[in-house]
Amino acid sequence: MEVTQVLDAKGLACPMPIVRTKKAMDALQSGQVLEVQVTDKGALSDIPAWATSGGHQILDQSTEADVIKFFIKKG
Amino acid sequence: MTIIKMTAAQVARKLIEKQPLFILDVRNTDAYDDWKIEGHNFEYLNIPYFDLLDGVEEIIPKLPTDKDVLVVCAKEGSSVMVAEMVAEAGRDVFYLEGGMKSWSSYLEPIKVGDLTGGGELYQFVRLGKGCLSYMVISEGEAAIIDAVRFTEVFTNFAKEKNVEIKHVFDTHLHADHISGGRHIAEATGATYYLPPKDAEEVVFDYTPLEDGLTVKVGASQIEVGALYSPGHTIGSTSFVVDNKYLLTGDILFIDSIGRPDLAGLAEDWVGDLRETLYRRYRELAEDLIVLPAHFMIIEELNEDGTVAKRLGNLFAENHGLNIESEEEFRRTVTDNLPPQPNAYQQIRQVNMGKITPDNEEQTEMEIGPNRCAVR
Repeated sequence: MEVTQVLDAKGLACPMPIVRTKKAMDALQSGQVLEVQVTDKGALSDIPAWATSGGHQILDQSTEADVIKFFIKKG
Repeated sequence: MTIIKMTAAQVARKLIEKQPLFILDVRNTDAYDDWKIEGHNFEYLNIPYFDLLDGVEEIIPKLPTDKDVLVVCAKEGSSVMVAEMVAEAGRDVFYLEGGMKSWSSYLEPIKVGDLTGGGELYQFVRLGKGCLSYMVISEGEAAIIDAVRFTEVFTNFAKEKNVEIKHVFDTHLHADHISGGRHIAEATGATYYLPPKDAEEVVFDYTPLEDGLTVKVGASQIEVGALYSPGHTIGSTSFVVDNKYLLTGDILFIDSIGRPDLAGLAEDWVGDLRETLYRRYRELAEDLIVLPAHFMIIEELNEDGTVAKRLGNLFAENHGLNIESEEEFRRTVTDNLPPQPNAYQQIRQVNMGKITPDNEEQTEMEIGPNRCAVR
């Protein structure tokens, strides 16, 4: 999986992780992959729900220590 | 136009007074479907905040102008963002301070009634989660039953009333919410009681709450008496206060009965539940006022916001007390049970003292409705 861009949204509280993710995604081309790093637990359900509603695909997700990473392919 | 903060206490007043309110809930749909702010005259629109990032024009026509519009999210941040957008579009709008997190924590203390010799009984209604706690007050002393984890609400209330907390009880080992009982006892020097049959695994000291135990509160000696009433758990114990009130814990609710499965032993405990509801409680005076540890639906609230009903009326009206066949009763309370409460196994571990999560983790565990009943 080739990551096009990494977005560091660690330490940000809802709604900022998704606001930043959306902004970064808007600048990408369809098929490119954004890696998002967050610490806000609300993102665990909100990022997948947002991605689905926007037609994007979560390729992978992982949790290390307190950091949650999402790999999102632009739809 | 402007955005205005609304507190959980203000929402509670609107609920109790049956006022209208339009709630724009901007959490994701799964969270909304699982649990929301219930109200007799509340209307709802659920649109996740992340679907509104490009603007709120589409939803503006759906927002009424003849009642307050309250934007709600999990913690507050997203509701402020959406409220600002709605205000920019020319509408006055409220947001819920602290979000669903503060709604879940809010307790409304309501006086249930007077006791012998000037005593008082208060019910602490946790509207967002459906938990009910109690404080018996009499001549400078207090006893607390089934306290939730916001211990300062109880200790501050005791200070306000100028009473010393002497006895703290849990009717059983709770599985749906974290008990504040042990911590209140530690902070005040009160005695903490727990039914020993529920406490086999607990890692702290407690005073056994046995059948027939009575404690006196205050100089006029208002009696709080324990009645062993298993079924929701094997240790579940009820209380009779001042020969007037029956505190049923999670055994009997206003419109439902306790579920026997949260400790994994439904088949074993269903017989106990039957025995408690159909024999032990039947031996009590029908004029006792039942005060449960939970409500499930807001229709169970009385006009003044309390949750209380005469035992005799429940014998007549509560479906769970009117199942003649034992076999059908067994099926009702073991089959087709509602989903178990969020994180109930972890919550039991916390209440046994085995794990000590921080405040934020406790909040996460308690998200969602209580789900302790079978209807």
